[in-house]
Formats: sequence, C-alpha cells, structure tokens
Amino acid sequence: MTPFVADVLIPVGKIVAVILYPMIMVVVMIWLERRVVALMQGRLGPNRVGFQGVLQPVADAVKLFFKEDIMQRQADAFLFNISPVLVMFSSLLAFCFVPLGEPIRIGTYTLTLWIAESPVGLLIILGLSSISVFGVIFGGWASNSKYPLMGALRSVVQVLSYEIPTGLTVLTVAFVARSMDLVEIVRRQEASGTWYGFLMPVSFIVFWISAVAETNRAPFDLPEAESELVAGYHTEYSGMKFAFFYMAEYAHMVLVSSLVVILFFGGWLPPFPSVKALAFLHAVPGFVWYLVKIMFFLYLYVWIRATLPRYRFDALIRLVWKWLIPLALVNFLVVALVRVLR
Amino acid sequence: MAFKEINLNMGPQHPSTHGVLRLKLAVDNEVVLSVESIIGYLHRGMEKLWENLTYTQVVPLTDRLDYLASLSNNLGYVLAVEKLAGIEVPRRARYIRVVLAELQRLASHLAWLGFQANDIGAMSVLLYGFEARETILDVFEEYCGARLTIHGIRIGGVPHDLDAALAARIRKVLDGIPRRLADIRALLDDNRIWKQRTVGVGRIAADDAIAYGLTGPCLRACGAAWDMRKDVPYSSYDEFDFDVPLGRNGDVYDRYLVRLEEICQSIRIVRQALDGLPEGETSAKVPRVLKVAPAEVFHTIEAPKGILGFYIRSNGTDKPERVKMKSPSFINLQSVEHMCKGNLFSDVVGILGSLDIVLGEIDK
Repeated sequence: MTPFVADVLIPVGKIVAVILYPMIMVVVMIWLERRVVALMQGRLGPNRVGFQGVLQPVADAVKLFFKEDIMQRQADAFLFNISPVLVMFSSLLAFCFVPLGEPIRIGTYTLTLWIAESPVGLLIILGLSSISVFGVIFGGWASNSKYPLMGALRSVVQVLSYEIPTGLTVLTVAFVARSMDLVEIVRRQEASGTWYGFLMPVSFIVFWISAVAETNRAPFDLPEAESELVAGYHTEYSGMKFAFFYMAEYAHMVLVSSLVVILFFGGWLPPFPSVKALAFLHAVPGFVWYLVKIMFFLYLYVWIRATLPRYRFDALIRLVWKWLIPLALVNFLVVALVRVLR
Repeated sequence: MAFKEINLNMGPQHPSTHGVLRLKLAVDNEVVLSVESIIGYLHRGMEKLWENLTYTQVVPLTDRLDYLASLSNNLGYVLAVEKLAGIEVPRRARYIRVVLAELQRLASHLAWLGFQANDIGAMSVLLYGFEARETILDVFEEYCGARLTIHGIRIGGVPHDLDAALAARIRKVLDGIPRRLADIRALLDDNRIWKQRTVGVGRIAADDAIAYGLTGPCLRACGAAWDMRKDVPYSSYDEFDFDVPLGRNGDVYDRYLVRLEEICQSIRIVRQALDGLPEGETSAKVPRVLKVAPAEVFHTIEAPKGILGFYIRSNGTDKPERVKMKSPSFINLQSVEHMCKGNLFSDVVGILGSLDIVLGEIDK
C-alpha cells in the first residue's frame, strides 16, 4: 500500500465517513421514528418518497435548505447563529471517538474503524455532549423571546441534573474495565465474556433513563414540549438552522445509543460468545452487530415516545434528585466495594 | 438570581389552546400567578345573523358553534323552537334524535380524550381516540351525508329514517368502541406519569364549581349530580335507563374518568333506543313557512360539554326577533383562572384541555 493511500486517502475517507455515518443514521432514524410511530398509532406515515418513504427525511432536509431563514429583529445575531452550529458540531465531533468495529487487516495495513482512540475517549464524548447544552441555552436566550427562553431554562436544568447519574454510572463501567478508552472497554467485555449491562444492570438502567432525559426525548421532552412551549428553545428558528437543531437531536440519540451499546452491550461483539453451538454468529461482521444493537435502542426511543405521556417539570427533577442520583451513588459504592474486595 | 414575574402570551396561535383562544398568563418562573382569557378571535356574529334568517335557516348555522358536537347544537335550538311553536314531535323521531345525540356525545368525548392526552404528551392516544371517533362519523355520513357539521335534526323531527341496516351498523360501531377504550385505559389509567399530571391538578370544589356556573362532566367530576337528561328530561330521555357518573375530587383525573364512564352510559342509551325504536312518523307536520306568535322561550339540553341553552323571542314573523345562546364552553372557561392559579405552567395546558372548550361555541 503506497504511503499516499495510507496517509492521505484513508484518513480523508474516514473523515468523510465519520460525517456521513451519523447523517445516514439520522435519516434512517427519522424515517424509522415516523413510520414506527405511525404503525403503532394505526396510521401509515410517510410512504411516498422512495421505497416505503425512506427518502422522506432527505426531501424534508432539502426543503429546509431552501426555506427562508428568519431571524427576528430583537435576537442577538451572533449567538443566534452560532448555537445551531455548536449543537451540530459537538454531536458530530463525538462520533470521532466512537469505535464501530474490530480493526480490519488489509495486507500489512490495519484499518481501524474509528478516527481517534484516546485513553479518555469516554470523558471526551461526555464533555462534547455537554457542550451541546451551550448551543441550547444560547439558542433559547439569543432568540430574546419567552417560549424559547423557558425551553432553554428547562433544558439546562434538566441536562445538568441528569448528567450526574450519567457520570456516576459511566464511572462504574470505567471502574470495572479499568479504562476510559472505549475500544479497551469493549475488549475487556470480550475477555471477561460478560457484557457490563448484565454484570451491572442497575448502571445500565440508570444510564439509559438519564440518556433519554439528556437527549430531551419523550417522556422527558419538556424543553421542547410542543403542547406547552410550542417548540421550546428552537421556536424562533427556521430553515437550515432549525434543521441543524433537529438533526443534532437525532445525531445525539444515535450517539447515546452507541454509548449504551459500547459500555453495556459489548459494542461490536456478537452475542452468546461462550455458547459453542452459536459460534456461527462470529461470522457476521462486528459492524453489523453493532448496527443491530444500536437500532434496538433507537427503536426503544421510538417505542417509549409512542407510549408515555410527558413528565411535569417538578416530577422530572424529583425523579433525578430523589431516585436516580441516590440509586447511582449506592450502585457506585457497591460496584467499587466488589471491585476492591475481589 | 431572582426571577421576575413575566407575562406570557399563550395563543391565539398556540398548539394547545384548542382553537384561537388567547390566554394572558403571569408566571413566576413556572408558577402561574394569574390567567386572563381573551376571546373573540372566532366571533362571527352568529346571534345577530340568526335574526335575519328564518327559523329553519338557522339550524345549519348552529352546526358551526360547537363543531365537535354539531348535532347537539341542532337539537338544542330545534327543541327550543318546537317548544316556542308548540310542535309535538313523533315518538320515533324523538328516539332517533336520542340515538344521534348520544352518538354525537361519544364522538365529542372521544375527540376530547385524544386532545387531552395529546396535551399531556401521550400522543398515541390522540390517534386511538380519533380512530374510534371516525367510526361514529362514518355512521353520520351514512345517515345524512355529512360528517362534521351534520345538520341532522330538523324542526319537527329528523330528516331521514333510521332503517334496519343503519341500526345494525350502529350496533357494530358500538361493539367496537369499548375495545378501543380498553386500549386507551390500559395506556393511561394507572400510568404513573398520567396520574402525576392529572390527579389533584386543577381542583375545584363543588360549591365553587356551582358558583362559577360550571356544567357538564366538569361539574359532575366535583361530585355534584346535575344532568339535564336525568333531572329535566327532554326528547324522551326519561324512557331510558342510564346512570349519571360522578367524580369526587373535581380534578383533571376525575374529569377524565367521568367522561370515560359517560361514554359507556351513552352506549347503553343508544342500545336501548335502538332496541325500543317505536314505529311511526319521523317528522311532525310543520308548515313550510313557520311563523310563530310573539312569545319567548328558554330551553336547555345536556350537550357533551355541559348545559346548552337557547333563548328565543318570536315576533309573529318567520324570523326570530332575538336568539341568545348559553354555551357551555363559554361558561366553563370562566373558571380557568380559579383552577390554574398556583399550579405550574405545564398544568395550564392540561386544565384547559380538561374543560373541553370549543372556540366556535365561545366566540359564537
């Protein structure tokens, strides 16, 4: 393999892929959500554009590209314009640290299915997802309008509160794996033969609930509760800027699902590693397993949304401070004790 | 950081004000300090309009008042005119009216159920409620060709007969509704989030409710038994056996339960009316040009949203001199501030939804 291919073409290809992959997942997710929710509600959902309507999200995005970009006079132009970028940027950047599968060997060259492997990859992803909160509060604040402001305030309180249980549960994983490197965490799960989701179910459940809350999804979708706050922090946005918020939300969901899969369900590992009769499962590429697992959690998102009513703000905060954080703390102590005693 | 009291304008373009209602809210952070409802965005001058139309011409316009229960408006107006002109309606027509009016109540309550759930964020229930309502609208379509603004009642009787085929179809629709309702109840009844959002929210005591003039399911949710069908029967309602469901706490959850139970009772009434449908004419003999000697009358019925009353004064011509409408939504809306004060902003939406208002009826 020539140095040109190894040093230029492949990195560039990977960079393109890391932008395209979340985007494609977003499109798939939007389509999945609309169709699945429609089927759950006895409707059809979009089924005209492309096969079974798969191109509907693309058509919508194209429509939003050409829409008039409105900014009201009293808005703060700089913050107003920067916040959708901030939200989108932090979601996309985090994907650089998400490993999609086992490295592939092509002759002497090893193609890694991630852009950057960092010993603190987990920390970086959590940090980046916190940056998107800034986008939300700037967006809501800079709109200089009441509904977006209330949405932004709600969002900040919610995301900051729910980051505590997220952090505490992520710590238990880092504890057991003795690493914050996402690739290393998957390797440890492979070596131990048990996925951490089964080893530490409490961690998984607390993480999942907090993750749904952090992505502002139903039943925790208060910041953008349409029946109360119209559209929450992005009420005043239109056109492409709105599309950025919209896509970033879905990208964030894909990211969170990826994290759940990597931290708790063995990333790209095939299921039942110890059962001899199911050894043929190893023939399926790791990337496919990874996708299947992600799709399961994305489906879970949609399912929850179609089923549950929305929390009220006080109940939401009560849930995190009175239940999830104490639970996460106790869980953390138990995991730490077991880890030390063994 | 201290929060100032901010004024929040909810509506007239807002997803949850059920039309073009505008609420001026003063909120401290998320706590509601005061609510002022500003109405009139849908004012079409109905009452004045009616003074220039003949008694018969008014009927289709009443469809446009509470457009989710248009047939109940027809019934209220027509009964008042019949009382005024002394028209005796044949028994068969009265039974068909009961069938249609109760079907309309079902449709209205099912639509309300969907809206209320959607306001609180359970969006699937909206579709389930509408799916069930759709089957009833299909019955209306088969009966008279229209689905929403039905004009299904005429002065002196009903426009069409209810034949055996339609009766069989109505029975089939009635059989389907409890199953759909069970689906919805499985999603909501014991749902923790649903209960958090509804139990104890928007409470009003029975005394206050009566003082505010609250009627319909909202009043009965407080435990006050007052149903015109039972207490001041009209259109042969005294010939049917049904219960008036009552709540205890007068909160949003009880209003939900009362309406669900009313759906079951309406199904009971329609079944009885279909079983006991008497033979005979479907309309009384009414002169083509109805002229009414000077008199005045006030007649009330139990519409799905509460007590609907029509006051009519005649002057001997074929047109009413004055028609005044007592619309349940208008009066029920007045208690919104009493219910919302001190609650959270999110609850305003749920409380407003639980009152089941329709702006066509408020603004007239």
